[in-house]
Amino acid sequence: MEILFFYLVALVALASGFLVIRCQSPVNSALALVNTFFCLAVFYVMLNAPFMAAVQIMVYAGAIMVLILFVIMLLNLGIEARQRYMRGIVWSSLGSLLMFLVALFIIKRGRVTGATGDITEYTIQNFGHTELIGMTMFTEFLLPFEIAGILLLVAVVGALVLAKRDV
Amino acid sequence: MIGVYHYMTVAAILFAMGTYGVLTRRNAIVIFMCVELMLNSVNLTFISLSRHLQSMDGQIFVFFVMSVAAAEAAVGLALMITFFRNRETIDVDQINMLKL
Amino acid sequence: MYDKLWLIPLFPLIGSIINGLLGKRFIRNEKVIGAIGTGAVFLSFLVSCKYFFQLLGDPVKTHQNVIASWMSVGKLQVDWGFLLDPLSALMIMVVCGVGSLIHLYSIGYMHGEEGFYRYFSYLNLFVFAMLMLVLGNNALVMFIGWEGVGLCSYLLIGYYFEKKSAGDAAKKAFIVNRVGDFGFLLGLFTIFWALGSNGVWTLNFVEIAENGHLLGFGGAVVTTATLCFFLGATGKSAQIPLYTWLPDAMEGPTPVSALIHAATMVTAGVYMIGRMNVLFAMSPVTMGVVALIGAFTAIFAASIGFAQNDIKRVLAYSTVSQLGYMFMAMGVGAFTAGIFHLMTHAFFKACLFLGSGSVIHAMHHAMHHAHLDDDPQDMRNMGGLRKRMPVTWATFGISCLAIAGIPGLAGFFSKDEILWWTFGSSHGSIFVWVIGAIAAGMTAFYMFRCLFMTFHGEQRTHVKAKDHVHESPWVITLPLVVLAFLAVVGGYVGVPAVLGGSNHIHHFLEPVFGHAQEVYRIGIKEALEHNHAIEYGLMAVSIAIALIGIGLATMLYLKRPELPALFTRRFARLHRAVFNKWYIDELYDAMFVNTIKQFSLLCWRFFDVKIVDGIVNGTGKVVSAISAGLRHTQTGLFQNYALAMVFGTVVIVAIFIFN
Repeated sequence: MEILFFYLVALVALASGFLVIRCQSPVNSALALVNTFFCLAVFYVMLNAPFMAAVQIMVYAGAIMVLILFVIMLLNLGIEARQRYMRGIVWSSLGSLLMFLVALFIIKRGRVTGATGDITEYTIQNFGHTELIGMTMFTEFLLPFEIAGILLLVAVVGALVLAKRDV
Repeated sequence: MIGVYHYMTVAAILFAMGTYGVLTRRNAIVIFMCVELMLNSVNLTFISLSRHLQSMDGQIFVFFVMSVAAAEAAVGLALMITFFRNRETIDVDQINMLKL
Repeated sequence: MYDKLWLIPLFPLIGSIINGLLGKRFIRNEKVIGAIGTGAVFLSFLVSCKYFFQLLGDPVKTHQNVIASWMSVGKLQVDWGFLLDPLSALMIMVVCGVGSLIHLYSIGYMHGEEGFYRYFSYLNLFVFAMLMLVLGNNALVMFIGWEGVGLCSYLLIGYYFEKKSAGDAAKKAFIVNRVGDFGFLLGLFTIFWALGSNGVWTLNFVEIAENGHLLGFGGAVVTTATLCFFLGATGKSAQIPLYTWLPDAMEGPTPVSALIHAATMVTAGVYMIGRMNVLFAMSPVTMGVVALIGAFTAIFAASIGFAQNDIKRVLAYSTVSQLGYMFMAMGVGAFTAGIFHLMTHAFFKACLFLGSGSVIHAMHHAMHHAHLDDDPQDMRNMGGLRKRMPVTWATFGISCLAIAGIPGLAGFFSKDEILWWTFGSSHGSIFVWVIGAIAAGMTAFYMFRCLFMTFHGEQRTHVKAKDHVHESPWVITLPLVVLAFLAVVGGYVGVPAVLGGSNHIHHFLEPVFGHAQEVYRIGIKEALEHNHAIEYGLMAVSIAIALIGIGLATMLYLKRPELPALFTRRFARLHRAVFNKWYIDELYDAMFVNTIKQFSLLCWRFFDVKIVDGIVNGTGKVVSAISAGLRHTQTGLFQNYALAMVFGTVVIVAIFIFN
């Protein structure tokens, strides 16, 4: 049952991913991308990571996609005028195919050894995923967290400076 | 039972799709979305491995990837607006200023 | 007691630096520059005097003063060290004494020259290098001085570098000296290696002298090494076969010729042999070579001196000839006599050169005044200057008498001692003595020819310039007078026993040379040692020869001035050969210079242009071709770059996987 559900979600995710790269209109691509993000959020839930699923929906499907859609509409972009040259398509296909094969090879051949950490399913059920994330984040990864905050601040300032008409 | 390999295979396919999009699309915003797709596929790998290895570190990493993606979105889109303002296009074939 | 020896070379170095760095822009004033230059050498002279007299009253005669370690390789330890013994003490007295007089003279002589500061800077640098050469306690410090004086000689010969002949002469001097330096270095390496293989790794002169006997008397190694050293000496001291640079070196200012090319630098070779006397004494073959080369140089150079018209060239050949005398003395084991002659020669030859400089100075001004461009150094334009330049005449005349070997003057004592040793020494022979005696007569002849042509007879100067020839100022005449005085009294430090003297200089230098002479039995043959009759006889012969030379000169150039022209016409071929210096320069040109030139041309036209330039240009062309191809990959489209990045990632990951 679960595996069937997985395949269904995976199919939807891949199909919408395909739409992202094939749609002529950027708005359609964006909507397909939102769909992909939802599917990934479902995967996160299935992986016992509900907090990450929530963040995925809020940050990606919410904030970033809204930003992208805004920009698309702001720039009033039509559909792409013409296709790429065939040669570009061929080389790009080859490149991405090779990338995929390499990744697949690693996955099939890689030795992902069994359980090493102490965050078992049981812990998550009893303790709560959000609490665990918070504990790790604010103890072990406190400094990177602060730096990420500064990065976001810098990004905000940079975006403002770039987008403003007259500085 | 769904193994870690299932998730990782899906992630690999998504990653390859994103790569293809980045390499072939001409609209800068679509390319940007393809990059987001690639980032998400990596996120999926991280989380699946994190669960598989029963460690929290992978998920923390995803968190940082997301913040970087957000920052990137803000700056990247601002750059596109600025560029569009100057050149009236965001077609990457028209953007060849890297050539001297 | 002797721990401030380093002060002696320090003063000229400081003077050189001050004048060289600040002279052009900041000091500018000729008097200040001259005072700094002269003062620096004079201070060294004072310090030298202090140590000289201290050494006189000191029973220990060898003192070393090490100021710092230079290098330490394995068992070899080389220091920045100075060595004061009677030999170097005498040399620093000569260098600083004559040096400061010539500096003083230069203030007057170089007055108004462009590059006055440059001149004094070089001259001080020269004194510094010469003092390093003389005072160094090991062969490497000596070598610094050895190269340093060569460099300064080059710089000063080329002082008038805007004149092509001066530049050429400077290059010639430098290159010919390099040949000698090569020999010096080879000798140094040989000695170093030979002593080292006997367990003594050293370059220190005292230690070399103490351990020299390890090499074995008359052995091949010591003979090779000393022959190499002698090659170095022939370069620096202008002996056959490397003498040709010295006459050309007269292109430099006259005081330079006096200081470097008469009194000090060219005697470095003689000094070096004196310094290494133990090694030379161990090789009778080398001693013989030194004596023969010296004798041949003496007579050969003197013969060229017969037909030169340029006053400085006559003196230059005379210098070569006198240096030959010194080497002759060294070769027969008369080290003391050689050094003694070095000293007296420094006095009278410096005086002669400075006197000629005074004449040239006066002639130059007179001709300049009259807007003539006659050669101010050509003796055919002179004559009769005795009345116009009395002080110069007197000092020049005294020095001529001294060099000719007239009894009572400095040259007589030193020259006579050399001749006595060539005759009576265990290393000497009658053959060498005969050559020496003939050379002495020739010297007397051409020196008096020079004197008469310059100062006596009719004044042959152009009418317009005639009355503008004046005596030089005091800064020029004072050194002349002092040097002439020394040329008179300088010999009395070495009055031989047979004349009732006590030969002070012989006793003074005994600690340096005595050991080698005793161990290797170098000295006057026993049969002759107390045979005063022969000594008196030889003395009389040499005086007679000198007088004959003077008489001939008087006859030809004073009494019957038309005779020389007659001789020239009668023996036109001979005269031409002598006048052209026996075509030695041409011979060298044909044998060495042109061969090397042709070889260099080959190297240039083929090796350099085709191969070296080909490689260099080819590299450029290849890079340019590759770039022209690679340029097309730089489309400026980021997706192309991204594609390359993807392939790159694939390759890198693949490498990781399949490793």
